[in-house]
Formats: sequence, structure tokens, C-alpha cells
Amino acid sequence: MTNTWADIKNTNLVVIMGGNAAEAHPCGFKWVTEAKAHNKAKLIVVDPRFTRSAAVSDLYVPIRAGSDIAWLGGLINYLLTQDKIQHEYVKAYTNATFIVKPGFGFADGLFTGYDAQKRDYDRSSWAYEIGEDGYAKVDETLLDPRCVYQLMKAHYARYTPEMVERICGSPKDKLIQAWEWIAETAAPDRAMTSMYALGWTQHSKGSQNIRTMAMVQLLLGNIGVAGGGMNALRGHSNIQGLTDLGLMSNLIPGYLTLPSEKEVSKATYLQSRGFKPLRPGQLSYWQNYPKFFVSFLKSMYGKEATADNDFGYDWLPKLDVSYDVLRTFELMHQGKINGYFCQGFNPLMAFPNKKKLINALRQLKFLVVMDPLATETASFWENHGQYNDVDPTQIQTEVFRLPTTCFAEEDGSLTNSGRWLQWHWKGADGPGESRSDIIILTDLFLRLRDMYRKQGGAFPEPILGLHWPYKLAEAPSPEEIAREVNGYVVEDITDPKDASVVQLRAGQQLDGFAQLRDDGKTACGCWIYSGCFTERGNQMARRDNSDPYDSGLAPGWAWAWPVNRRILYNRASCDVDGKPWNPRHKVIEWNGKAWAGADVPDYPPATKPEAGMNPFIMNPEGVARLFTLGMMRDGPFPEHYEPFEAPVANALHPKVNANPVARVFKGDLEVFGTADDYPYVATTYRLTEHFHYWSKHCHINATLQPQQFVEIGEALAKEKGINNGDQIKVRSNRGQIVAVAVVTKRIRPLKVDGKMIHTVGIPIHWGFTGQTKKGFGANILTPYVGDANIETPEYKAFLVDVERATPSV
Amino acid sequence: MSTLQSLDITRRSATTSPSPSVRESEEVAKLIDISKCIGCKACQAACYEWNDLRDEIGVNVGVYDNPPDLTENSWTLMRFTEVEEDGNLEWLIRKDGCMHCADPGCLKACPSPGAIVQYSNGIVDFISENCIGCGYCVKGCPFNIPRISKKDQKAYKCTLCSDRVSVGLEPACAKACPTQAISFGTKKDMIEFAQTRITDLNERGYDKAGLYDPPGVDGTHVMYVLQHADRPELYADLPKDPKISPLVEAWKGAAKPVALIGLGLTALFGFLHYVSTGPNEVEATDEEQAKKAIDQPDEKREGR
Repeated sequence: MTNTWADIKNTNLVVIMGGNAAEAHPCGFKWVTEAKAHNKAKLIVVDPRFTRSAAVSDLYVPIRAGSDIAWLGGLINYLLTQDKIQHEYVKAYTNATFIVKPGFGFADGLFTGYDAQKRDYDRSSWAYEIGEDGYAKVDETLLDPRCVYQLMKAHYARYTPEMVERICGSPKDKLIQAWEWIAETAAPDRAMTSMYALGWTQHSKGSQNIRTMAMVQLLLGNIGVAGGGMNALRGHSNIQGLTDLGLMSNLIPGYLTLPSEKEVSKATYLQSRGFKPLRPGQLSYWQNYPKFFVSFLKSMYGKEATADNDFGYDWLPKLDVSYDVLRTFELMHQGKINGYFCQGFNPLMAFPNKKKLINALRQLKFLVVMDPLATETASFWENHGQYNDVDPTQIQTEVFRLPTTCFAEEDGSLTNSGRWLQWHWKGADGPGESRSDIIILTDLFLRLRDMYRKQGGAFPEPILGLHWPYKLAEAPSPEEIAREVNGYVVEDITDPKDASVVQLRAGQQLDGFAQLRDDGKTACGCWIYSGCFTERGNQMARRDNSDPYDSGLAPGWAWAWPVNRRILYNRASCDVDGKPWNPRHKVIEWNGKAWAGADVPDYPPATKPEAGMNPFIMNPEGVARLFTLGMMRDGPFPEHYEPFEAPVANALHPKVNANPVARVFKGDLEVFGTADDYPYVATTYRLTEHFHYWSKHCHINATLQPQQFVEIGEALAKEKGINNGDQIKVRSNRGQIVAVAVVTKRIRPLKVDGKMIHTVGIPIHWGFTGQTKKGFGANILTPYVGDANIETPEYKAFLVDVERATPSV
Repeated sequence: MSTLQSLDITRRSATTSPSPSVRESEEVAKLIDISKCIGCKACQAACYEWNDLRDEIGVNVGVYDNPPDLTENSWTLMRFTEVEEDGNLEWLIRKDGCMHCADPGCLKACPSPGAIVQYSNGIVDFISENCIGCGYCVKGCPFNIPRISKKDQKAYKCTLCSDRVSVGLEPACAKACPTQAISFGTKKDMIEFAQTRITDLNERGYDKAGLYDPPGVDGTHVMYVLQHADRPELYADLPKDPKISPLVEAWKGAAKPVALIGLGLTALFGFLHYVSTGPNEVEATDEEQAKKAIDQPDEKREGR
């Protein structure tokens, strides 16, 4: 989230789209309830189904699954043609004024630079025009036809309300009403918050879904202000922590990136990560990248990392291709992976195309599952009749199950959607032989290190060189790890003007990332977390909920990254002179000497407004991007592409239907289904009563939603002779499931491109383990393709057919 | 569960002698604001956990309501109703459970002394050791709430967490509710709070929003804020004007004095008959006729 949970109570308008906040975040949703009860806020829900969020909304707008960019593009077009934008904000704080190179263009569904063979773009034309002074050129009048504002206007001119109605199936009157309410928040004293989740991410253009709303929020001046923001509702209590600590296959902690194999030295690696300012007077804080990176290497390799060996740069893995989960299981499927450690997730249920996943897992020599539960993945080899139709005698994989404790059985921190790191304490001992993940991995590491020491082996240096400073080598404590992550001083740091004055002593905890250095004198496991465990103690354990400015910001409650800042980009809550746009809901303001207020300023505290430094200090431009240069693989402006399985052709450019740069493996392309065979749009989702595939193991949750069901609208049920409570078969080109039919008014057919399109809703929570009635994984049906930028699988829009199951099933 | 002091009981089932009335507590109420309810079932889960109850894991019969009905182990239940009018769809989600009536039909109908009690704070509780499992409370309840256990043949229902309330805590469901759709306090305060909610709903176009506190049972200690207070039946058949069944009223009302009078008259008639006509004695003619009947058995019998 750019903002924070409790701040949502300050908003005037909540838009829940690309997510179902009441369903998936009932506790966080209370802030929407507060905004409605105490701030007269309105709630708009845009969703293919009338959900539990819609049940408490002021306006519900139906939308065809997979058409969000068309909807939001139409909204951008509406705001620009009606001129309902926050003009001062857009001019001063976005790249609307920036001039784009003459070579950039868009035609017939493709941006300039497309290579059909490679299914990729040469993005060099997607760039600013740079002047002789080395800075990007701008046009303050916004009239230059090559400025971002004009290019954006032209790009979204095709997204008329009629076109949006045609693509999305949303009735035009509802569209206009929603867009009117949204446009009201362009006023400087009104704000809108966007609450979204997997409804946007789980598409082959998921990143661009989110980008489009970010553009809307920038046009309305709703970023960096109270009650505004782009608020991603994370789907797990610590999934924010997972991404923050770089547990994605292409990351290292703090959103630094793993080197590619082409980056053969630290110097080469850092060369493309210079982030020189693109406008005069801008901070471009990523320029400090080398400090974050070297400090990370020092935390990894300790004494072994020195200036002489590039701080251990050679020991980091280098990427040839991305190793996201879709790639990994594809390689597994090809027999190229021998062993797999599966820690804390359930791929057999969670990744697409279950049939392919079984065939992948059975090729492993060994599988290690570290989990508190006996998951389906751990039992992939076991026959469960129609629910897992495998022959164990044909599977040679050796499966090791290492039971772990779960969060209530250990100390540690969880990072929530609002970026708060909240420390929690052990509540009970784990059952049986369960051990914490830390202990299991420590045990493994110490044995491996010992074997490398005794036997040598290929490339032992990173293993032997790994910094292992814990008091008890076999039992690192969560606090010790937290202290490493915060960062500490390696060598005395003296005053540059007087070497006899020691400013920071070796061994002391750092106060924050501003103290990081690239000369090896500091170590820091994760730069954005620096400040969470200082000399003053464990900041994450603080529980002071006083809210001195009545802003919803409780700065003494736990600790938020970065540096306990609760609302990101909060300099943008003030105009160019430092006066808050909305005096009733101030975040910070310039008091003549410094920036101060309810939140930690996201800005150098003493920099005067006249200096002209812009709020988006991480960006080299200093402003937020409406045009994203070459940073998104599929375009600097989001464009409507159909899902890979779509019921209609792309109305904007039928020759380029789906995302032209999303990766599809051979073998997966062949099993996409067509609308002729599979006429209905299917979407998968979650229910309040369950959490993925865990809670089916809990008696109470199992009672509250005991059995798999599929939701269909009354019209489709009538067509197919399906009654409420009947067993029905749902088939895609990859497999079939059987479930109880819930026939509902909450899913209506939508008129899309002249055709009536029915939607089939498939909740995901049942499998062949647990206390609920056995069910089929929804992933049996879904296609093996992911987002073009980050490979999140397309679970939210694909094609199926349905029919009544015969009584004997 | 009789965790409140016996000093707090103002009424007991099937008992004519007065209950202790020395100590009085202020009336409490649970307010359920349906416009804030997101149907998350945290209240159902909290109720199970607090009361150490577990129910059967059933099947899906085509609805979100799980279990499909209240049971001896499921004392509260979210009931989901889809209402479509003039192209406008609403999904009304009501938390069902004991309404804790001021004039409880269950207490009135119950024949077992002290099996059902009403505390001075308004909570109606089942004292299970006195329950005989006759099921009259089910018939007596205008809302169809109590359920008889197959395991121990006793009646069970929501207790409004009388054990928690007795030590100053709110009911488990109110504590768990993430959106404060369930609030708890004195009935007076809840009525005041409900009014602010109704005003908010009016401003959002629900001009028939109102408080459900039915007078037919003298008001209840569980109240609803309804978007459509003029049509409570939309919310999974919430009764529009609930009253205790006239059958129960009569059976526990007029039927009692009538029955007593009947008993009295029967006794009087019996006495008078005895005094005037005397007891039934065996006469000599009866003996002779009996002998004849024994000696001629076959003819008489075949005549039948």
C-alpha cells in the first residue's frame, strides 16, 4: 500500500476493483466501514460478481473478467475529455509535461519496436527526449503534441464510453455514474482510495491493470494524500514481508535485483543502476543503490566480503532467464530439475494446470515439503480416486516431509499490507516433531557447510563464506536475524573532518538506511527495513496506538518501512509552496523551517519548497510516471489486451488479441481453449470462510464452507437446466471438475461485443486433504500463462463449459 | 448456564412464586446493523470457540448459509437473501439467533420450573439441568430459535454470552465482528446509536431504514438496524410483527384457571355424586347374571 489501513477512514470515495476487500480482508475492511460511517464516504464496487463487498456498496458496476484496462482507460479518457483532473498536481508532480522521443508510437495494438519472432519489444524508442544539458525536455503548457499529456490523451481517445460498454459489458449509465463520482475526487480537498488485490494481479496483463489505476490516481492528485493511494491488499499476513526480503526468484532484499549473467562484475552491474537525475534539483534516491547493495553483501559474507573481491559479488547467483514458478515447473516437466524444496506453499493446488504439475513433480528425484500441514503437494503421489487420479507404483519421487511450526508457535515479525512490521510472540509449542523453519534451514546449512569443508566440491566459497555470527550456531534467534536485517556498523565510522571523532561505533545497530555506505563499513540485510531494530530496541514490538493528529496514523504502533513512514510520497500532499492541498486532512507541511506533521516526511526535512525538488524522490525525474518509459515490458501506456482465452476478439485491434509479449511455453499454447468449445468466462476467487488450502484443515472453517461449489447466474442455469444444489461439471481444455451449483442473481450475463456472455465463478478452497468434503483443485482448469512482467498466472479470466453432471458422479 | 447470580433472575419458567427482585441491572442489548454486515461469519466462529461447541461438517445445498439451519451446536447463523427489485440487486445478510424477547414465548411455554429464566438485564437463558426436552419452547418462540439436542434431549440457543456479560465483557460475536456491525451496550445506548445509523442510511437513499425492536414481544434485547424496516420479511423471513402464539398464550393463560376450575368442578361433582348416589356396589342380581353369562358362553359369543 502507498497509504495505510487506518488512513482509509479519511477517504471520500472507496473504489474496490480488482479485489474483494470485504471478502478477503474483513478486518481491514472496517476502515471502509469507518469512512462510510464517520466521513460520509461512498463505496463503488466494480466486479464480475456482486460480492460481499458489493453488498455494502453504494454503487455496483458489473464488468467482464479480463477487461479492466478498457474500463480504466475509459475512465482516463473521461477525466481528460471532461478536464476533471487536478491540474496543478498533474503539471508539477507527474511526467505529463515531459517530451517523448519522436520514434515512439502506437498503432494497431502494438507499440514501436515489436519483434514478432522474439515476442518482445526493443524499448529504446520509449524514452524521453534529452536536452543538451542531459536533462529530459519538458513543456509546461502541456500543448506540445509529443508531451506525455498529449500522447496519453490520444492513446485513450479510443476508449469512449460506448467502446468500454462494448468491451466490458458494463451498462453505460452505471459507467458514467461511477466515473462522475470518481471525477469529484480531483478536487484538492477530496480523495479517493483504490483497494485492489488478485483480481488485478492474476492476469496476463496484471501489472498494467494496476498501472492504469495508478495513472487515474495521479490525474486526480490522490497519491501521497490522506485517504488516497494505490492500496494493494496483500493476500497473506506476511506476503509483503516475502517480497520485501526479496524472496522472488529475481530479487535480493529491498527490491534490489539479482545480477544477470551478462553483468560479470560489480562495476558492470552498478553501471546500469546509476539513476542519474533526469531533471535539475531532483534527489533520485536510488542513486544510493551501491550503498544498499554493498551493505547487503557485507551482511551475507561478513569478513569474507572485502573491497578486493568486490565484496563477494562473484558469489551471488546470476540469472540467464527468470526462474519464476511457471518456468520452474516447466523445467521440472522437461525433467531438468532433480530436487525441489517446497517451503510453506502448496503448488499442486496453487499453480495452473494441475495435470501438468503432477507430470512435473513425478519427474523429481526428491521433493522436500516444509509445512505445518500435510498438503496435497506432499501427497501428490497418493491416489485419491477422481480427486487425484495417479498410480503411486509409477512414481519414483522420494518425498520428505519436514513438519514446521506455524506463526503462533514462534517469535518473529509479520509485514502487513500497510508495510507495518509487527513483532509477535510465541503463543504455544509446536505439536509433535515440528521445528521452526529457522532451525530446519540452520540444521541443513550447517551439515552442508560441514560436507563442503570436509569433501570440497564445486564452488564452495559462497557456502563457506556465508556470515554465521549467531550466539548459538545451531539456533539463531529471530531477534538476532532481525538485528542483522536492520543493519549494523562493521568498522568505526569517523568524522570525515576529524578522524579522531568516532561517529558510529563498530557493532552498533544502525538507525536507518541514510547511514549505509558502499565501502564495507556497514552491513544491512534489507535496506528498506533499516530502522526496525535499532540501539533503542525492537521498534516492531512497540504497541502505542495514540494518534496525536487524529489522522489514523499511530506512529508508535510497531514500525513501518521505510523509516516508519506511513504514507508514501507524502510531500505530494502539499502544493509547490508547501501548503497542504487539504487543510482538514494534513499529512505534512512546510512550517518555514522544515517539513513536519502527522507523518515522517518522504522528503529531505530541511529542503525548501523553492528548491524545486519534486515529491517522487525515488524517481530520477522526481515526478511520478504516467508514461513508464521502458520499465514495463508490454508498453509505456497500458493497453487493453484480451485474456489468452477470451470469448470475443479484441474490439480495439482484433489482429493483436492478447498480450503480445507474455511468455507462453510450447505445449501450453496448444492447450488454450477457444470460445467455440468453451463459451463461458470463468474466474477463480476466494471466500471469507477460508484461507487458500489451509483452513479446510480447521473444523470451524470447514463447518462454515464445507463443500466445493461453483456459482452460475440464473440465466445460464435456466439455459442448461441446472437447479440450485445440483452437481455440475465444469470443463476447460485442460481438465474437468465436478461441484455443487449455487445458482445466484449475483452473476448476470453481460452484453459484450453484441454477444451475451455468461460468467462461471469458481472458489478455490477444496482439495483432497483436510476436513471439508473432498474437492477438485480449481487449478485443474486454469491456463499455464502469466503476467508479461512478473509471471503471475492468469487465474482470473479463462474459458469453460458447464453442464449437469450425471447422477452417478 | 446460570452464571449470573440468582439475584438477577426476574422470571422463571413454570413458577408462580416471585423471583428475587432485590438486585436490578440495567437492560442490555445487542444491536446488529445489517447495513454494515459483510457476512464474514466471524460471529459464528467466535460463538463456537467461546462456548466450546463444534457442529457437523455438512454439505453445500446451493447456499452460502452454513450450516443450513440453527442447531443445538450452532447458536447463530448468517442467512443470505438475494432481493432484486427494479433491476436493483441487494444481498441482505442477517445474523439469526435468539432475540432475547422482553416477553419471551419460550419461557411462557416451558412447563419445567426454572428451565428458562430471564435476568434483570433482559437476557433469556436456558438452565439446562432443569430442562426436560419437551420442545414446548420451540413452539413458543415466534422466531423459531431453540433446538433440542439429540445427544442429551435438552434445548439450546444463544445465551447472549450471559457468562461474559456477567463480568462486564461484550458477547463473543460482538468482540469478533470486524466492522462493528454488532455492537453491545445498554438498550438505551443501542437505540440512540441505531438512530445515527438510520440517519446515515436515510442520507444514502434508504428512506425506509429503521430499528427492529418488535412491540409484539414487548421489545427485544437483540435488535436490528434494517435498510428496509417496513419489510422485515425480506431478510430470510424475519417476522414482521412477531407475537407469542395464541395457542401458548391460551395454554399458559386462560387454560390454567379454566383447567383449575375444571378440576375443582370435577372434584365437587365426584363428591356430590358419592354423597347422593353412593359408591358402586355389587348387587345380588349382578352375581346371578354373571353366573348365567359364564354357563352360556358359546351362543353369546357367536352372536357377536
